[in-house]
Amino acid sequence: MPIERNPTVTSHMRFAIPLVIFILLVVLLGVGLTLDPREVPSPLIGKPAPAFSLPEVAAADRTLSLEQLKGQVFLLNVWASWCVSCRQEHPVLVDFAKRGIVPIYGLNYKDTRNDALAWLKRFGDPYRASVFDEDGKTGIDWGVYGVPETFLVDKHGVIRYKQTGPVTHEDLENKILPLIRELQGAA
Amino acid sequence: MIAELGHIALIMALLMALLQGAFPLMGASQGVDIWMSVAKPAGRAQFLFLLVSFGALTACFVNNDFSVEYVARNSNSALPLYYRIAAVWGSHEGSMLLWATILGLWTAAVTVFSRSLSEDFLARVLGIMGLVSVGILLFILFTSNPFERLTPVPPDGNDLNPLLQDFGMTVHPPMLYMGYVGLSVAFAFAIAALLGGSLDSAWARWSRPWTLVAWLFLTGGITLGSWWAYYELGWGGWWFWDPVENASFMPWLVATALIHSLAVTEKRGAFKAWTVLLAIFAFSLSLLGTFLVRSGVLTSVHAFASDPTRGLFILILLAIVVGGSLLVYTVKAPAVRDVARYSLVSKENLLLLNNILLVTASGSILLGTLYPLILDALKLGKISVGPPYFGTVFAPLMAPIFLLAGIGPMFAWRESPIGRILHRVRYLFPASFVAGIALAALAWDETDFKMMAGLGCAFWLAASACLSLWSRIRLRDGWLEGLRAQSPSVYGMTAAHLGVAVFLVGAVLSDRLSQEKLVRMAPGDSVMLAGYTFHFLGTETVQGPNFSAQQATFRVERDGESLELRPQKRNYKVQRNMMTEAAIDPGLSRDLYVALGEPLDTNAWSVRLYVKPFIRWIWAGGLFMIAGGILSVSDRRYRLPLPETRAVAGRAASRAI
Repeated sequence: MPIERNPTVTSHMRFAIPLVIFILLVVLLGVGLTLDPREVPSPLIGKPAPAFSLPEVAAADRTLSLEQLKGQVFLLNVWASWCVSCRQEHPVLVDFAKRGIVPIYGLNYKDTRNDALAWLKRFGDPYRASVFDEDGKTGIDWGVYGVPETFLVDKHGVIRYKQTGPVTHEDLENKILPLIRELQGAA
Repeated sequence: MIAELGHIALIMALLMALLQGAFPLMGASQGVDIWMSVAKPAGRAQFLFLLVSFGALTACFVNNDFSVEYVARNSNSALPLYYRIAAVWGSHEGSMLLWATILGLWTAAVTVFSRSLSEDFLARVLGIMGLVSVGILLFILFTSNPFERLTPVPPDGNDLNPLLQDFGMTVHPPMLYMGYVGLSVAFAFAIAALLGGSLDSAWARWSRPWTLVAWLFLTGGITLGSWWAYYELGWGGWWFWDPVENASFMPWLVATALIHSLAVTEKRGAFKAWTVLLAIFAFSLSLLGTFLVRSGVLTSVHAFASDPTRGLFILILLAIVVGGSLLVYTVKAPAVRDVARYSLVSKENLLLLNNILLVTASGSILLGTLYPLILDALKLGKISVGPPYFGTVFAPLMAPIFLLAGIGPMFAWRESPIGRILHRVRYLFPASFVAGIALAALAWDETDFKMMAGLGCAFWLAASACLSLWSRIRLRDGWLEGLRAQSPSVYGMTAAHLGVAVFLVGAVLSDRLSQEKLVRMAPGDSVMLAGYTFHFLGTETVQGPNFSAQQATFRVERDGESLELRPQKRNYKVQRNMMTEAAIDPGLSRDLYVALGEPLDTNAWSVRLYVKPFIRWIWAGGLFMIAGGILSVSDRRYRLPLPETRAVAGRAASRAI
């Protein structure tokens, strides 16, 4: 049974199908360029902050727990002396701490106490207190996968915002500060 | 000074590419011989300048010239010479220069091996390759210049990413790019034939060897990449369905379809428009892969530095090259006539079915790769598509391909009585699957149907490949004469199909039978896994040129045989990166694989132990396929000049249109 092929019957338009599909693909890729795939939402947002009770960096005999921080809006910044991006972020935090809008607490991640203290001495200490997470267990609870990361926690101990990577002045002004005002306004 | 020389050579290469792109194409359409004759010298000169440019960048690395920003970011004075050379393509700018240089290499190769091409066809082919090169060189010069200077000059460099300090990773990119960029030749041939109206079997015959060579490099590149991921990433996996891997796999699938489709067009003059479309698709997917990798629109374990300006530039390039060629296709393809007549049951239609399945498989990977992007663009949330999707979609599409690849070679052109073929395989087909089921049940697991199906397919593929070779040989008087009478392409096809069977055995058995354990081990501890006893003897510190490492020693014993494995945890000093260097004892029937995890308290480590049966067969399958490609390319008929009358007639016809 030979197949008869008669090209005049089929419309020439079918040869344009690949082109049309491709144009749609280019539009999609163009939109894709304006998006940032690294902006990953944290599953912890809107959830109660994971509890911890850890010794402070400055004094091993003093412990600080999440319970003590409740009732206020605060930032928790995950940092380490071995982290290069933290060095870039640090002046922003030092400036912000001087404005006294909210307290910043530090979670010193997989570091040594001496290195951490030397680092704070050299670059300034924006933290009301830093806790010492030597084996990184608290970091894992908080879903930390890269340092630095910064969390905004509300009065009820619920995580409201998470920043992966260094916080910049723009991030503070445009994203974090409006959210802080809103949370501080809420009863 | 050397950097500036390289920069100038790059600009000169751009000028040559402009000449090569403009005059020959105009000459071919206007019939001006002297314009067309620009193509060859301009193409060769372009390649020469690119070589100078590439050599200059290499020299900067060899001389540790850290005043060049790219060198400072990707090298270090403690880096061994071998890796300093490989670091040339260790990051974005250099790998784009490598891309351009390889395009130059292919261009030069076309100018050399083109004696049988008519002058205007050659002019069009080189003209199109020149235009592609213009786009890539503009991209490098405007967004990714590797010769930028850096002030102040740093005392030492930032070192090469430790993941890339490895043999597999130094060879993988050039190999892969040879494949990607080689597809531009098939692409240029297709567009040239469309423009000139000379889509005939001569065009298909010219295209075939180029496509085969590009395909075998691509096969080699993917095989190497998979092998590298296996031993270097330390997770024991060999394929992750990562966007960057998919970007290389999609053009491979389409190129595989193209090889088969070109055979039909050459032998039978059928599927012309479809073959042209495949050639366009194959190279377009290479460019799309470059876009996906370089623009950062998708996240990937291959976290390359990305930059939106570059992404936009490549997107525009992609739109022009692919959009332009599809426009040519839309306008010219309706005039293409297939002259062949064939029945429903024929080799032609069987190969068409193979093509449809391969292209659908490629399309499903494209969908899976772009799906997160589509959702994100439509503000429907962020998701990632992982192995579950690809496993579910891919396996059902590949199973019919495996079945068809077995009987395909037995079908005849034009018309093939299906009864006779079914009669020929009446024992072989059930026997293959019975053997698969029996082997799986007796040796391993009588309830594992996936393994049975996979092994059955593999046996069927191997047995039918041998049967079809045997039936060709039997047509001759003696078997020795029969062996000698077969063309290398027949052996090439048989080897490639056997390669698929070998790959399948490796993929199925390693997937179904691998055992692993994540354990805490201190020196003196022993762990049993799959009949092997792993003794942890202890760790010591060893020094490398640019790293220091904790090296552990394991003694592995089973039935009196014993061997030692030494995995390392390396600390690269400059990049401050911890790297896992797995220790592997490779074997035909099993790999033993030990990787160090994190150091725990007092001397103890978390350790990952794997026993992976038959995993080598995956890459052995790749080697078989490469061997098949090499055999096919060596076929003498690709090097015979066409009969003079046909070439002249073809030329006259293309002038007329």
